[in-house]
Amino acid sequence: MKVVGALTALLLASTTLSASAETLRWARAGDSLTLDPHAQNEGPTHTLAHQMYEPLIIRDHTGAMQGALATDWGPKADDPNVWVFNLREGVKYHDGADFTAEDVVFSINRAKSEKSNMKELLSSIKEVRAVDDHTVEFVTNGPNPILPSNLTNLFMMDKGWAEDNGVVEVQDVEGGEKTFASTNTNGTGAYVLVSREPDVKTVLTANENYWGKDDFPLDISEIVYTPIQNAATRVAALLSGEVDFIQDVPVQDLGRVAETEGLVVKTAPQNRAIFFGLNMGADDLASDDVEGTNPLADVRVRKAMSMAINRDAIKQVVMRGQSQPAGMIAPPFVNGWTAEMDSASKTDVDAAKALMAEAGYEDGFSIQLDCPNDRYVNDEAICQAAVGMLAQIGVKVNLDAKPKAQHFPLITNDQTDFYMLGWGVPTYDSEYIFNFLVHTRGEERGSWNGTGFSNPEVDEMIVSLASETDLDKRNDTIQSIWNVVQDEQLYIPIHHQVLNWGMTNKVGTEVSPEDDPKMKFFTMN
Amino acid sequence: MLAYIIRRVVQSLLVLLVVGLVAFSMFSFVGDPVDNMLGQERTQADIERLRADLGLDKPFPVQYWRFLEQAVQGNFGLSYRQGRPVSEILMERLPATLELAFVSGVLALLGGIGLGIFTAIRKRGFSANTIMTVSLIGVSLPTFLIGVLLIYLFSVELGWLPSFGRGDVTRIGDWWTTGFLTESGLKALILPAITLGLYQMTLIMRLVRTEMLEVLRTDYIRFARARGLRDRSVHFKHALKNTLVPVITITGLQLGSIIAFAIITETVFQWPGVGLLFINAIQFVDIPVMAAYLMMISVMFVGINLIVDLLYFAIDPRLRVDRSAGKTT
Repeated sequence: MKVVGALTALLLASTTLSASAETLRWARAGDSLTLDPHAQNEGPTHTLAHQMYEPLIIRDHTGAMQGALATDWGPKADDPNVWVFNLREGVKYHDGADFTAEDVVFSINRAKSEKSNMKELLSSIKEVRAVDDHTVEFVTNGPNPILPSNLTNLFMMDKGWAEDNGVVEVQDVEGGEKTFASTNTNGTGAYVLVSREPDVKTVLTANENYWGKDDFPLDISEIVYTPIQNAATRVAALLSGEVDFIQDVPVQDLGRVAETEGLVVKTAPQNRAIFFGLNMGADDLASDDVEGTNPLADVRVRKAMSMAINRDAIKQVVMRGQSQPAGMIAPPFVNGWTAEMDSASKTDVDAAKALMAEAGYEDGFSIQLDCPNDRYVNDEAICQAAVGMLAQIGVKVNLDAKPKAQHFPLITNDQTDFYMLGWGVPTYDSEYIFNFLVHTRGEERGSWNGTGFSNPEVDEMIVSLASETDLDKRNDTIQSIWNVVQDEQLYIPIHHQVLNWGMTNKVGTEVSPEDDPKMKFFTMN
Repeated sequence: MLAYIIRRVVQSLLVLLVVGLVAFSMFSFVGDPVDNMLGQERTQADIERLRADLGLDKPFPVQYWRFLEQAVQGNFGLSYRQGRPVSEILMERLPATLELAFVSGVLALLGGIGLGIFTAIRKRGFSANTIMTVSLIGVSLPTFLIGVLLIYLFSVELGWLPSFGRGDVTRIGDWWTTGFLTESGLKALILPAITLGLYQMTLIMRLVRTEMLEVLRTDYIRFARARGLRDRSVHFKHALKNTLVPVITITGLQLGSIIAFAIITETVFQWPGVGLLFINAIQFVDIPVMAAYLMMISVMFVGINLIVDLLYFAIDPRLRVDRSAGKTT
């Protein structure tokens, strides 16, 4: 009985403590996969890490870069192959160790190692060297004008801490045991880990010694993060006041949340375009009813299919207004995006029929559309809508919707003729899109290009982007590549996804396009 | 007797092996874990390296054999999703599921027997008829819908009970955590326990009612009444005892399904048990967790069945007679 009494007292004490206005109870669908900051390159994992660890540079809620552990950076005056970063002074890790250039060198080398999931973003880096305690130089294989944008999710660990705890190597899921770094943290960030039960609850508390105490609101003194997978339950938890802030509000519940007194929904375009890919490269398609030739190899057919899609109808009916119809597969804040190209998709069924007839398919053909059903907002419903729209021009689509774990291998293994894909651009530069989606499929690039598109000239232009230091010239090349992508109708763009965050009206924040709330920017009143 | 037990144990082991084999042959249809593990920037070389490291490039009988080899030594490997030992994760999650199953089971048993007796005794009464009609909801509405309705009513509208999670838990010993000792833990149990137990409750209630009506028609009950015994004594002393035998058998078997079917309830209420773990594992194609969970559930079912069989053997002399008679011919 005594034990129970003591427990109750403890419980009461903890509830009164957390009742003070600065606790943020936060829920989203998924949990972080690991606390090792270099083991996974994945949204929820990075988002949690951002509260505790810091990269050299971060993006604010508009997507603009600002210095975190670096104060300023730029290419070295006399050597275009070197970037110089000046580090913030007086920064300490949670355990009290100083943050120095040595830690940057260590962290980058760790993230570049074989087992790291971040290494592809750093492939252009040849060497990182510490010039003095607060200056670091990144030497690249040839000039890399967009290196800083690859570093915004690259967290800095303390070399001494990693060595003491045997976590110099990145956690390796397939071999050996869990590592110290996958369950413990020691960052420089605004919040310190208090406790964590994966998939259940993670508690963070404010870092008393944070370097940016005077620069950020830092209104939140405690963060309680609980993943709630079921969308209805997540919304219910917000409605009943059990959480203060949720990500991933389902579009059908937006009205309900917004109408509730004391709750707010905030919306912003997400860094993710949704589109269909077309297998134009195969000699004959597996799923169509046309023998001997590939109807998708004809650009007129691809154009006709794009014209048949009514993006406004999808926005109104399927997405309940929560999307931005797209004409290109780059989100609006990405370098290379133009308003003109993004409004290029026009619905015109008659013209589409005429194009189909011109291509010799006035009777249409049948084809299978592969679609995920648990990855993007209303993904399967978008595909269903497209099936009806394409039927108007005689393209009979058989829809096959599957979980993402089965859908994505179809694209990477060339087993689909017609598929849905969504793409976000963490570097905010078109090169990222071209590397993965436009370049001929090969060892280094083109791993997500399921279209079979291959154009040596375009490939050459894409490769040149990595080292072109004349930014005007580089932007011209980007435009030329986009022109080919648009003219060839490599992909059928649908829309840009829109993010919705639900919160009580005491939480003050803007929606970040990466869907990664950084709590140090939040205000509470 | 000993031969019979040995035979049953060997049969159970065979069932386990077959369950594992079927499960493993199906994992290749769930999807490719490598995609989830590597993120979108991976190269073809990364994929091949990881596939080889995980042994996914091998045919499934080989994968299965490797799993068995490790499992016999108590090693279920590392979760692809969390990078921690599967046995550790399962042990961490099991208390939540067992507590939920226990409360639901008790709820189903007490509620089911009580209501069953009531509806049998007052079989023409208005309230008994109402209960019977309402109980149809319990058997026909899907679990997730009941869960969402309860959340809507008790969490969102009334604000009495939490909509998700397990509340505050207390650690007992090395690995057991309990929600029984805190107010928030107890509160958090109510809705999921009702959701999970409702089906079993209506099942037991209908079973008790039918059995009871059957028993009340027998001669010895009529004799009892003729002897002038009070209704209460007839109903509870004579009738109920004879009703309970099949109820206990069914309840034992249902306990297994309560644990196994907690998956949906746990997903709706974000209950941190093994069911939720399993759902996450499927979505991520976390093969080690799926394999270990399925083995655990089948061990449980096979175990319960084995115990029930052995109990029958002990209780029912006819079984023994049949066996020995069979041997002589």
